[in-house]
Amino acid sequence: MHGLVLKAVQLFVTDCYGAAKWAELCAVAGFDFDDFEPMLMYDRATGDTTLTALEQVMRRPVAEVCEDIGTYLASHPNTEGLRRLLRFGGANLEEFLHSLDELPDRVRLAMPDLILPRVELREHSFHSFSLTCYGDIPGFGHVLAGLVRTMIDDYGALAMVEHGGGGQGIETVLITLLERSFTEGRDFELWGDAA
Amino acid sequence: MMLQPLPSVQVLDVLCPMHVQVSATGHITHCGPTLRKLRPQGAWEGERLLEVFRVLRPRGVQHMSEFEDVTGKRLHLELRDAPRTTLKGVITKDAEQTGYILNTAFGISFLDAVRDFELSGADFAPTDPTVEMLYLVEAKSAAMDASRKLNVKLESAKKAAEKQAVTDGLTGLLNRRAMDDRLQLFIASATPFALMHVDLDFFKSVNDTLGHAAGDHVLLNVARIFRELTRDNDVVGRVGGDEFVLLLPGTAPQEELSRVGRRIINALEVPVNFKGDACRISGSIGTVISDSNSPPDADQMQDDADVALYASKHAGRGCQTFYHPDLRLAETAGTAPVSAR
Repeated sequence: MHGLVLKAVQLFVTDCYGAAKWAELCAVAGFDFDDFEPMLMYDRATGDTTLTALEQVMRRPVAEVCEDIGTYLASHPNTEGLRRLLRFGGANLEEFLHSLDELPDRVRLAMPDLILPRVELREHSFHSFSLTCYGDIPGFGHVLAGLVRTMIDDYGALAMVEHGGGGQGIETVLITLLERSFTEGRDFELWGDAA
Repeated sequence: MMLQPLPSVQVLDVLCPMHVQVSATGHITHCGPTLRKLRPQGAWEGERLLEVFRVLRPRGVQHMSEFEDVTGKRLHLELRDAPRTTLKGVITKDAEQTGYILNTAFGISFLDAVRDFELSGADFAPTDPTVEMLYLVEAKSAAMDASRKLNVKLESAKKAAEKQAVTDGLTGLLNRRAMDDRLQLFIASATPFALMHVDLDFFKSVNDTLGHAAGDHVLLNVARIFRELTRDNDVVGRVGGDEFVLLLPGTAPQEELSRVGRRIINALEVPVNFKGDACRISGSIGTVISDSNSPPDADQMQDDADVALYASKHAGRGCQTFYHPDLRLAETAGTAPVSAR
């Protein structure tokens, strides 16, 4: 499993629940290290162990925690860079939602060895969309649900986003737009610190 | 019903929001909405094109009549207003063949331009890859940042590991630092021992004539010889390129140490074959035996061994000398000391 994915879990736990919680997770997982390296690859077992330990120390279903991770990734000041990368996907909400189709390709442009599940947006009506993800990163659909919900908010719209279940490597995220311009949304300028 | 074509102004504003339309006289008749933002104070319509833009390349385009020659070619332009944004451009005659249409793009200046003019995603045509380029710049700098952090981490880990290393990378023998520690340990535990300082003879010429690979091959063989000719509780280290130190615990008489030294030198002198070449070396040894009466001093012992080694070199190499204070006199007098050949 890509180190960046595991580092995201680590940052989520550390930023939202403190370093002690992360130390607890590492102890529960039986790791002899306490810091994931985002530029390295880890084996699948390390990823599975991390998720199991995550559920255990959070004392909540892993699906819920994964949605929180999605929210964290799209809104926490420490992951502002990621939120910016997501906002580059579209000048408005429609463009953003459609850009999710190219999410794995966009990610691969930056990190050629980070393979994300293929994502497909379907537009059922003016208000109703669904995202289908094909892949085997555990919890990915739930992370995506949290992330999309937060990004819709970022664009100033109001929506219901829920995980529609899944199985056999396919997960669905359901999006119901209630209001397209609910708030101003958060600022986004094309120029950032890195540019 | 006849379909009325859209006026070209409207079409071009959508397709090329950074274009300008120019009359036959060289005056701007229309400016695309994004390009307009690049000159927020100045007017566009009615201005002379060449008073708004300077043509950097091809050089020498000073007059509108010269645009005829550069139609369809890549132009490098600069806005005359500060901050003198550079643009790429291409100019072509318009449909009526009377005026010109100049389309522009940021090219490599897009990073500064987006910031300078506070452009947003809506300012770019949907087909324009500038926003994707901005995305890439940020994604790449984030990846570079993570990569740089990893490099710093690995570099300091490597330094820490090197500092803690006790063995010589090539031969697997102990390194100088570890040998110093062992020597201190022998002294602290009042273990009687002999210190043998072995310096390879003619090793440099093997390295120089047959190359470093041959040299490394010889060093590996030397390490094997030391391992074979020493006991389990003897300590062997490589303390320099072709220098080795042996710490031999026990109260062996000088005659026995002489025999050990002789066996080592004999073994070193057996030619080693390296890719068809015979590598011939020998060894000079300086030996000092710890004094049972006074606690030995590590630096003093090493210095004494050096003096004895020098005497062996002076005596013609390939021999062992035991330290004796007289050697220091001989050293200063420059006379050849007596060596145990």
